[in-house]
Amino acid sequence: MRTLVSPLALRSPRGRVIYWTILIVTVVGFTGAFVFPLYWMVTGALKSPDELAQIPPSFFPKHFDFKVYAEAWDQLQLGVFLKNTVLYAGGAWLFTLAVDVSAAYALSKLRPMFGKLVLGAMLATLMIPPMVLLLPTYLVAKDLPIFHADLLNTPWAIWLPAAANGFFVFLLKRFFDSIPRELLEAAEIDGASPARILWSIVLPVSRPIIGVVSILSVVTVWKDFVWPLLVLPETDKMSISVGIASLSAQMPQNVLIASLVIASLPTILVFFIFQRSIMAGLTAGSLKG
Amino acid sequence: MSVTEERIRRPHVVGATESQPPDDHGALRRAVGRNLTAYGFLCGALICFALFSWYPMIREVVLSFQQNNFVDPGVWVGFDNFKSVIADPAFRSAWLNTAVFSGMALVIGYAVPFVLAVVLNELKHAKAYLRFVVYLPVMLPPAVAVLLFKWFYDPGNGLFNQALGVVNIPPLGWLDSTNTALISLVIVSTWMNLGTGTLIYLAALQSIPGDLYESAELDGAGLFKRVRHVTIPQTRLILLVMLLLQIVATMQVFIEPYLLTGGGPENATVTVAYLMYQYAFNFGDFGGGSALGLMLMVVLLVFSTIYLRVSREEDAR
Repeated sequence: MRTLVSPLALRSPRGRVIYWTILIVTVVGFTGAFVFPLYWMVTGALKSPDELAQIPPSFFPKHFDFKVYAEAWDQLQLGVFLKNTVLYAGGAWLFTLAVDVSAAYALSKLRPMFGKLVLGAMLATLMIPPMVLLLPTYLVAKDLPIFHADLLNTPWAIWLPAAANGFFVFLLKRFFDSIPRELLEAAEIDGASPARILWSIVLPVSRPIIGVVSILSVVTVWKDFVWPLLVLPETDKMSISVGIASLSAQMPQNVLIASLVIASLPTILVFFIFQRSIMAGLTAGSLKG
Repeated sequence: MSVTEERIRRPHVVGATESQPPDDHGALRRAVGRNLTAYGFLCGALICFALFSWYPMIREVVLSFQQNNFVDPGVWVGFDNFKSVIADPAFRSAWLNTAVFSGMALVIGYAVPFVLAVVLNELKHAKAYLRFVVYLPVMLPPAVAVLLFKWFYDPGNGLFNQALGVVNIPPLGWLDSTNTALISLVIVSTWMNLGTGTLIYLAALQSIPGDLYESAELDGAGLFKRVRHVTIPQTRLILLVMLLLQIVATMQVFIEPYLLTGGGPENATVTVAYLMYQYAFNFGDFGGGSALGLMLMVVLLVFSTIYLRVSREEDAR
């Protein structure tokens, strides 16, 4: 497709030179700005404290001794933190899907009284950034109204608020709205209950949007810092971000860097695998979020 | 069960298929049944939203007008919390720093992604690589990215001073100096968020019809004129939306001062969100913290409202 620069201009010798110059500058610039810091992190962990401090710094570490990664794993109990984070993100994912999919289904296909009002109230929460409600939300988690339960240091402190996501309800409802009514009516005539229709007709055709919501919800919980910092203060319950941050002051620098590498591996791996869905979620999120 | 079968149908469909006019009693029962089922599906979400979104909004307002020790019932104190927070010397610094942080983040973080997207859109090679790489920092957990930069800023063995040393520039204080601390936070924040804007703009650029450029060029418009008269007008709304989103996002800045500077040196990096956190969790003053939160909420609501109007306009297109 035709873009800013015409294909004709690109074919001229001068155009070609400019194009290749810009291409090389961009590739080198991007690599330097976004990949090099990560390279520096991975190799920094392999350097001894002396080598870390030397000027000029060494581009390649002198020894490839991966013991420091094992050391970080043990000293920072990264295994525990990772297990916790998997529990929080995985549980939040399942819980969010169960809650938000059924809510969106009810609002889109069952259309109850006051449905519009409920949807409006859910979307209105998007107007208020979570940070400004941090203190009252924390107090709710500390002493749940009506139930009077203390959710601090339990996974529920992560799972329940994660499901209250107006954006997910909006995305799912918009998709469900586009499912043709005839499809559901045929099932109804066959005597299928709403739950059955949701499970065997709506869910299978909604795979793309459920994929997007799934990845967004897992990544959001995995990356979150402020909320787990407040509601999971016990060291054994911390998520990986909070755990590393709170132990960072006591660690030798190379051990800390190694733990940063380990902490960033899961998300980068997820990005490698689900790149397409993540980018789809990004554009869906930005336009209407 | 006939009630189940009818639940999902719209009223006019029901009327059209039924041979006999439904008696009032049956119609009512069906309507009640349909609503009960629907609210059964909704109840999980209603509980979650009520507890963690709707109730906190009210509680935020209540807290900011109360003195609370969470043992006895709260005491209404009028505007006392606001008065004491405003009298705090850190209050002025916090708002000033937040505004400067947002402003600087806009100067770097707003124009740069757009320029990058325009360039990326022209390139025919290495597209997948460049897109992947620019989004890589966004995928890191923010705490990891921030701690990584904390090491880069280290005056002794950080990457930045080492790089300056290689080209014979004297080392900078970065986080330790009141002059450079805030800009250092902006650099981290921009680095880890740049990819989002770039990819969103890129998606917007790809929807610009090619013949607009074609005819502009036939009219004799040069490269920069084409950017000014085709690219920017065609992406005007998304540019505006991103501007507002970015203001709202950067004004909530918390993790950078929390992990990098603790608000220092000399309050040079204390932000509104960070001061709110300090009030509640370091000073135990939830009233003062909530008052700050409420003020921030009002400011951000102004931007959110404009955002809502702009995105409606975009939907209407």
